[in-house]
Amino acid sequence: MSTPAPRFREKAQVLDEAALDRALTRIAHEILEKNGGAAELAFVGLRTRGVTLAHRLAAKIAKIDGATVPVGTLDITLYRDDLGIRGTPVIRGTDIPFSIKGKIVVLVDDVLFTGRTIRAALDALIDLGRPQSIQLATLIDRGHRELPIRPDYVGKNLPTSRRESVAVRLREHDGEDRVVIEEPEEA
Amino acid sequence: MGWTRKDLLTMRELDAGEIVLLVDTAASLQEIATREIKKVPALRGKTIVNLFYEPSTRTRTSFEIAGKWLSADVINFSASGSSTSKGESFIDTAKNIAAMSPDVVVVRHSSAGAAELLARELACSVVNAGDGAHEHPTQALLDLLTIREKKGHFDGLHVAIVGDITNSRVARSNIHGMRKLGITVTVAGPPTLIPPFVQELGVKVAYRLEDAIRDVDVIMMLRLQHERMRAGLIPSVREYGHYWGLTLDKLGRHARPDVLIMHPGPVNRGVELSPELADGPYSVILDQVAKGVAVRMGVLLLLAGSKGAAAA
Repeated sequence: MSTPAPRFREKAQVLDEAALDRALTRIAHEILEKNGGAAELAFVGLRTRGVTLAHRLAAKIAKIDGATVPVGTLDITLYRDDLGIRGTPVIRGTDIPFSIKGKIVVLVDDVLFTGRTIRAALDALIDLGRPQSIQLATLIDRGHRELPIRPDYVGKNLPTSRRESVAVRLREHDGEDRVVIEEPEEA
Repeated sequence: MGWTRKDLLTMRELDAGEIVLLVDTAASLQEIATREIKKVPALRGKTIVNLFYEPSTRTRTSFEIAGKWLSADVINFSASGSSTSKGESFIDTAKNIAAMSPDVVVVRHSSAGAAELLARELACSVVNAGDGAHEHPTQALLDLLTIREKKGHFDGLHVAIVGDITNSRVARSNIHGMRKLGITVTVAGPPTLIPPFVQELGVKVAYRLEDAIRDVDVIMMLRLQHERMRAGLIPSVREYGHYWGLTLDKLGRHARPDVLIMHPGPVNRGVELSPELADGPYSVILDQVAKGVAVRMGVLLLLAGSKGAAAA
């Protein structure tokens, strides 16, 4: 059995509901601006909250531009570089019901940290086909990169210490829209 | 719910949570079969040895494909054409293979307990791919995955297992797995092929096919092995087929219209299952085979890809 995860307590709120929504609206506009519209666009969200954010971005683009951007779900567990180090791999499945060939794929994740998840996501995505390009959108960039990866769209840059944790809480999963910094409870 | 076992030897040793973890993992891995590039890097650098002392096409191929789709190196070792035919013992062969540092050994053997013996001898993970009349856990897992996909859930289901229960490792593994998930199980067959005290496994017994298949959600037909007739357990294959073979007519008169028909294969067409049923709309036999690959990927991934599961 693995040791129980340390308990975290809330340290500070980073984004409230309105700020989170504004950040997503801005990212949607930036995606449209950078790519000159929504043609060829596709969203691929990383499980779990990246998928929810991808759906929200697609809804915003539909409102702004009237375009329907397809949304897929990527599970990168099988591509992790720490498989076999992290306990039991939990596979929840990839579901991308459209071809990514020739598409501009925007990867969506909630928090960008070491960059290792995105490295795995790039490999996973390219195994599914050859997109025209891949861009990265993240709600929070908390720094501490261990790989040469940078996001194209950022909701908020948030300097953190490594011992802290960033929790993105979304209505669909947590009953509220909020981003908080948490720190471990001292024993 | 984590995976902590070194080996997968029986359904009997698993708890309901572990069974659901295996089925869930397999369900999520099915998508790989639909890809253009059917390969993920999860088990890169891992070595899987298929050690088969009994003939098998489906199970061995399915483990081989599963390992290869997960990027492991898979080596097949069959008893014929190996040092076994030169007189080497099972344990010696296993130790020689272990000296080559595999991560997982998949074993099929005609003796009950062979996989457990191997698991005690070897530091690497061992998967039981069928040991005599004892257990065949990956078959039960793929049957459970098929049932859950077709019925949507396990709650309140009733399954009939029909045929040679005594000699069937498929029946034994399924009974253990299904009972843990709360599925009602009825076993049925000629009395000579029903083991004494089988009720102690928590199953009902029926001695007529009509009684067994009434109101069940799933009918699992087992393969009749022709050796049973030579052993005097049934009068003739033809008579067995007459009383215990499932036909469209019997199905229409006694079974529910949404019943599923399963068979672990290979099918004796015209004996336990009529050809129009084996190929018909009730049959999920080929779904079972397809799900076999996903289940074996799930098993290999949990054994070789979990922290602390594999000792080596």
